Amino acid sequence: MNAPIISIRHLSKRYKLGLTFRHDTLRDQIAAWFKRDGATSKSEPKEIWALRDVSFDVQEGEVIGIIGRNGAGKSTLLKILGQITEPTEGEVIVRGRLASLLEVGTGFHQELTGRENIFLNGAILGMSKAEIQRKFDEIVAFAEVEKFLDTPVKRYSSGMYVRLAFAVAAHLEPDILLVDEVLAVGDAAFQAKCLDKMREVSQQRGRTVLFVSHNMAAIQALCGKAAHLKGGSLAGFGPVEEQIRVYLGEIKKAGAEGTLSVPLGGLLELRKLEFTPQPVVSGEDLHFTCELASRESLRLMDLHLIIMSGLGVRVAIVDLRHPEGIPHQLRPGELLRFNGVLKNLPLVEGEYRVGLFQNNNHYYGDYLDLATFTVANAPTSGPNVPYKAVHRGFVELQSKFEIERIAPKQTT
Amino acid sequence: MGKIPVQRPVLMSRTGIHMADNQRNTADYVRIIRPRHGLAALDWRELWRFRELFLFLVWRDILVRYKQAYLGIAWAVLQPVLTTLVFTILFGYLAKFKENGIPYSVLVMAGLLPWQFFANALSESSQSLISSERLITKVYFPRLIVPSSAVVTGLVDFGIGLCLLAILMLANGVAFTPALLMLPLFFFVAFLAALAAGLWFSALNVKYRDVKYIVPFLVRIGMYVSPVGFVSTKVPEQWRFIYSMNPMVGVIDGFRWCILGPAFEPNWTAFAISIGVILVMLAGGAIYFRSTERTFADVI
Repeated sequence: MNAPIISIRHLSKRYKLGLTFRHDTLRDQIAAWFKRDGATSKSEPKEIWALRDVSFDVQEGEVIGIIGRNGAGKSTLLKILGQITEPTEGEVIVRGRLASLLEVGTGFHQELTGRENIFLNGAILGMSKAEIQRKFDEIVAFAEVEKFLDTPVKRYSSGMYVRLAFAVAAHLEPDILLVDEVLAVGDAAFQAKCLDKMREVSQQRGRTVLFVSHNMAAIQALCGKAAHLKGGSLAGFGPVEEQIRVYLGEIKKAGAEGTLSVPLGGLLELRKLEFTPQPVVSGEDLHFTCELASRESLRLMDLHLIIMSGLGVRVAIVDLRHPEGIPHQLRPGELLRFNGVLKNLPLVEGEYRVGLFQNNNHYYGDYLDLATFTVANAPTSGPNVPYKAVHRGFVELQSKFEIERIAPKQTT
Repeated sequence: MGKIPVQRPVLMSRTGIHMADNQRNTADYVRIIRPRHGLAALDWRELWRFRELFLFLVWRDILVRYKQAYLGIAWAVLQPVLTTLVFTILFGYLAKFKENGIPYSVLVMAGLLPWQFFANALSESSQSLISSERLITKVYFPRLIVPSSAVVTGLVDFGIGLCLLAILMLANGVAFTPALLMLPLFFFVAFLAALAAGLWFSALNVKYRDVKYIVPFLVRIGMYVSPVGFVSTKVPEQWRFIYSMNPMVGVIDGFRWCILGPAFEPNWTAFAISIGVILVMLAGGAIYFRSTERTFADVI
C-alpha cells in the first residue's frame, strides 16, 4: 500500500481564550506595558485545547466524514489541514494538492461581473489563470449563467449567485478536497446537487475528500469511514455506520444528564439545556430549560434553539429573543435562564437533536448537538395502525375530513 | 490518481515547485505542516508561486475602484487638484511663499504626489487584511499579498497625478530637467516606504481595533509634518537630522529635485537618513508581519 495521502500525528491546537478580547486596543496594550504590576495581577488567559493528540491516516481515494459535537475540533482540524491556522504541537504530512471548499462564494466581489468573478474566485481557490481559461466554458455551462456573464453579480438572483459560486468550486481539481458543512447552505435541490458533485469527485475521479457535517444522512451516504472527535480528541476512527452510532449515543447521553457546560464560542457558556418529560408523547407539552452564562458583559441580540431531526435536517426553531425586541443583557457571574414550553408538540415520534444560534455584540454562531429529546408516539385511537415514522415526515398535522361517495353519473 | 494533468501547482508544497508540472506524482507534493517558532523570514519561493493571485487582487482593486468610471477617475483627479489649489491659495497668495522662481502650485504638487501616494497606500493597506477577513479565515495563501497588492493599486492614481503635474508645468512654462530620469528611483523609495508602513499597520490592525482610528490621524498630521507645502531647507539646520527621520522627507525632496531641477537638490545626508529609516521599518515590518501572520485567522 502506498504511503497515506494524509498522515496526522499527535496533532494539538491550543487557543488562548480571551486573546481576542483582551488588549483589544493598542492603547490598552501600551498601558499594560507601562503598568507592570497591573499586568501581573491580571489573570492569565484561560487556555483551551481545540484539538488534543489526534492521530490518524487517510488513504488515497477515501472519503472521510468528520463528526462530533460543536467544539469537538472538527473545523479546527480542517483549518490546520488547509494551513489557515497553525497547530500548536504535532505534525501533518500531506501528499498531494489540497483545496478547501469552506464556503461557496468566498472572494466574490459584488461590483464585478460574473466573468470577472470566475477568474478572481478561481485564483483565490488555487487555480492558475490558464486552468481557469481552459475550464471557463464548462464552468459557465454548469452554472447556467451565459446570458449574465457581463452583469455585476450584485444583480444576480441568489440562486444564480450560488450556482456560479459552486460551479467555480466544483471545477477545482485537487487531490484532496476539504469540505466544511457551510457548503450545505441553499435549498434542498442545491444540497442534493452539491452531494452529487462530491460523490462524482470521490467515486469517479478517485479524489480524497474530508467532509465535516452534522448531517448524518449525508455523511452516511458519502463516506466510507468517519473520524469521531470528542472534546478535541479522537474518540473513534473506522467504518462510518459504527462511528455514527457511537456519536448519536454520545449526544443522547449528554442530553439525559441535563446539566452541562458547553462553550459557545469564546465568551458564552451553555450551563443547562433540558427537556422534560423524556420521552414526551407526541401532541403533549414539552417543557424546556436553557441557562446561559458569559465570562464578559455582552448583549444578545439573537437567540434561538434549533430543532433538528436525528439525521440532521432542520425541523423548527424556538425563538428566544426578548419579547420586547431589546437585547438580552448578560454580565459575568450572572445566569440567564429560560423556562418555556412547546405546547402540544406536533412532532412525529423519534429522536430530535437540539442546537442553538446566538448573535451577540462580539460574535455569532450556530452550535449544534447540545441536547436531544425523544418523542414517543401518541396512543392511537381507532383501528388504523399508524404508518411508520420514516414515512410520516416530521409534523403531525391536525387534520379532519369528511367522506362522500359520489356515484357515477348515469348516462343514457 | 492524477488522471487529469494539472497545469501548475498553485496551492501546494514547498518542495513541489521544481518538478515537471504534468508528470505529477503525489510523492512530489509532500508538505509538512508543523508549528513554527520564533521570527519568520520571507519565503520568496512561495510568494513567487502565488504571483498570479497577487496580480488578480491588484486587478480586482483597480476594476472595483474605476468601475464607476467617472467617480473613480474624478476622485483621482480632484484629490491632487483641490489640495494643490487650497495650498496655493493659503500659502502661495496669502502667505506669499515662493521658491527660486518656481510657481508655488508646481512646487506643492511635486511634493503632494508622492505624499498622496504614500498616504493612500497606507490607508488602503492598513485596512486590507480586515476587509479580506473572509478570505483569510477560509483560504490559504501568503498573507503578505494582501497589503502589498493594496499598495500597488495606488500606482494608477499616482500615474494620473503625474499627468496632471505635467499639464500644470506646461501651463506655467516650467522646463523639464534631465534629473527627471531619476524619478523612478525616488518613486521606488516611496513605494518601499508605503509598503513598510502598510505591513506594520495592516498587521497591527488585525490585533488592535483602535489602529483604524490612528491611521487617518497620522495621515492628516503627516501632510503638514512632511515638506509638502514648503521645502525642507526651511527647517532650521539643528533640527534637520531629527526631521529627516520622517521617511517621507527624503522621498519628497528627491521628487522635487527630479521635477524642478538642480536648484532643489536635496541634502544627501538627510536623504540617506530617510532611506535608512525606511529600510529598518521595512525589515521590521516584514518580520512583524510574518511572525504575527500565523495567528491572523485566529484573532481577525
